[in-house]
Amino acid sequence: MYEKMKLSWFSNLKGDTLAGIVVALALIPEAIAFSIIAGVDPKVGLYASFAICVIIAFTGGRSGMISAATGAMALLMVTLVKEHGLEYLLAATLLTGALQIVAGYLRLAELMRFVSRSVVTGFVNALAILIFMAQLPELTGVTWHVYAMTLAGLAIIYGFPLVPVVGKAIPSPLVCIVVLTAVYLLTGMEIRSVGDMGELPDSLPVFLWPEVPLNLETLMIILPYSLMLTVVGLLESMMTATIIDDLTDTRSDKNRECKGQGIANIGAGLLGGMAGCAMIGQSVINIKSGGRRRLSTLIAGVALLLMVVFLADWVSRIPMAALVAVMIMVSIGTFSWSSIKDLKKHPMSTNMVMVATVVVTVGTHNLAIGVFVGVLLAAMNFANKVGNILYIGSEDAEEGRARIYTVVGQVFFASSERFGEAFDFKETVEKVTIDLSRAHFWDITAVQTLDRVVIKFRREGTEVEMIGLNEASATIVDRYAVHDDPEAVEKLMGGH
Amino acid sequence: MAEQVMAAIDGSTFSEGVCDYAAWASLALDAPLTFLHVNDNHRPPEERNLSGNLRAGARERLLDELAQLDEQRAKVAQEQGRLMLEAASERAIQKGGAEPGTRQRNGTLVETLEELQAEIRLLVIGKRGEMAHQDGDHLGSNLERVIRTLHRPILMVPPGFTLPKQVMLAFDGSKTTRKGVEMLAKSPLFDGIPVHVVIVGAETGDNRSQLDWALKTLRDAGHEAEGAIRAGDVEATLHAYQEAQGIDLLIMGAYGHSRIRHLLVGSTTSEMLRKSRIPVLLLR
Repeated sequence: MYEKMKLSWFSNLKGDTLAGIVVALALIPEAIAFSIIAGVDPKVGLYASFAICVIIAFTGGRSGMISAATGAMALLMVTLVKEHGLEYLLAATLLTGALQIVAGYLRLAELMRFVSRSVVTGFVNALAILIFMAQLPELTGVTWHVYAMTLAGLAIIYGFPLVPVVGKAIPSPLVCIVVLTAVYLLTGMEIRSVGDMGELPDSLPVFLWPEVPLNLETLMIILPYSLMLTVVGLLESMMTATIIDDLTDTRSDKNRECKGQGIANIGAGLLGGMAGCAMIGQSVINIKSGGRRRLSTLIAGVALLLMVVFLADWVSRIPMAALVAVMIMVSIGTFSWSSIKDLKKHPMSTNMVMVATVVVTVGTHNLAIGVFVGVLLAAMNFANKVGNILYIGSEDAEEGRARIYTVVGQVFFASSERFGEAFDFKETVEKVTIDLSRAHFWDITAVQTLDRVVIKFRREGTEVEMIGLNEASATIVDRYAVHDDPEAVEKLMGGH
Repeated sequence: MAEQVMAAIDGSTFSEGVCDYAAWASLALDAPLTFLHVNDNHRPPEERNLSGNLRAGARERLLDELAQLDEQRAKVAQEQGRLMLEAASERAIQKGGAEPGTRQRNGTLVETLEELQAEIRLLVIGKRGEMAHQDGDHLGSNLERVIRTLHRPILMVPPGFTLPKQVMLAFDGSKTTRKGVEMLAKSPLFDGIPVHVVIVGAETGDNRSQLDWALKTLRDAGHEAEGAIRAGDVEATLHAYQEAQGIDLLIMGAYGHSRIRHLLVGSTTSEMLRKSRIPVLLLR
């Protein structure tokens, strides 16, 4: 036990500590920006990021992953905050946590296998676009100073790492923020700063229960939001966990991560923070900076709070332009640019899934709906493709008085119509033989279509004989775990 | 697969000892010998990039970088491992054994041994791995983890080989060590080698009868056995006895909730392993 702890916490001390601090520095502007998206004071996002980071370090299932207040979640809260206020948001955050814990116990993480690569890419791209779009209010109807500052910020962020030695030792977003803040204070230009956007934390967070009436009405208000938050939070967390799994070539416990996210959100809600989830960009930064173990996540959370509480005066003077520059960087870094290149290479059906996920998400500002549409489209594509694997041939027998149909392939809801139409009922024959020994009937739709075919033949006075029906319908049974038994698979799929 | 003597080797100075003791144990147990080398290719890179920014295509680029780094390290490690395994096999054949098997696995040592557990009859491993610091009596951190995870007998060896002529069993009458005595009685590993059963404690009737039981069990199984009860500090007493009697292999229970353990703060097992200059056979 002790040894295990040592391994998962302290086996990469230096890398984790440095990475944790780098991440904390990057988390501050993000937490502030996402609070502004949600329409709450920056302190709500900052407390949330602290609470989630620290709790998930202990409860999470993927070491080295960073969770905090996120844009995907913030976007879902906007109307709740606008119509009902902060207290209802905190209540919704608690409920989200509870639902995520339930999802963890129900092992819903396993449902992630139905979310295809294209949907994940669509999710990531939509997220990047939404983060970028959320910066636009800061860039419209403002003086040229803001544009100049933002561009200068981007130049620093992307240019500074090219400077030898220090470029790789000091986080460039930090340099961007420090330089822009200095310029802003020295010139005294009239642009907005973080302090104008709402209250910053002036103390360590305190434990508080949301002041909402505990009744059914409250539940009905927050439940739809909590459900969406639960789904989106878990989706992004699972996707991020997979990305970190790939980057580090290690495994993670997805169901533990679900429960961990739930506990972290409950913690956030109780400390006056908004719901959050794993962050793709920050987690990548953590791995890139050398963070691998749980310690990196913990340090990120603690460093974040310390910096914000003790430097609150300075944080409030950061110009919004600097934040916008950092967020544009996050958005550019999150977007999967290779997916644009891949559009040419990938089949149309796959591209459609990706693009639909992006379009629906950007249109609704709701990643859950986007992913739902994406998954649905992907499933339909798949059913369509598999439905095409069906061939029905026929030949004369007994000098034109009988006919033999041979069915090869998959018969189910998507292909049953084609199956039904393949028989010629107008032909007058005494007997029809349908050879099904190389066909598979996957559902009730297929069986009913076959019944109709038989009845139709009978009505024409044709006798019907079926060969191999039992083998063909063996696939209807719901639980036939054959994936690990090569003989059973051969029996089921034999002849294909 | 038949249960075998598994010998874990790496580039450390202990590997020769591992090789020789493994060959000896394989002959004595008449069990096939397999040399194992584990490549852990996923240690975080030493060089850090703290620029903290995300360029376009940051994920893909990072994956490429990390994969390349791992690939380079892994290729070198694979080649080195293969050479080590070849050298170990040759050495074992010279010792008179049948040709040993060799295995190379990717992952951490602990994980790999856990996976292979079912095939292992006896694990032979050096006191420290190549990654551990070379200072003094230090135990490799990997080793301690291996001992805690694996439920198989483990023979922990020093860098050089001495043919065991006298072995000592640290006995305290606990369930773990009684089981150890029974295992020992059945095992052909120490055929023809006298076993000294030593109890550290007062000369009481209880201790005496425990000792008599152990000696009888061993003698009934055809082993040469001697017994002693010594009072005093566990480690010091065992060490003194070892030196006085010219013991060249120590047998003990590992991290059991034994009475020996309760006498001391911390773990006697770790302490004994750290101090010991002779091979230690840990029974589970």
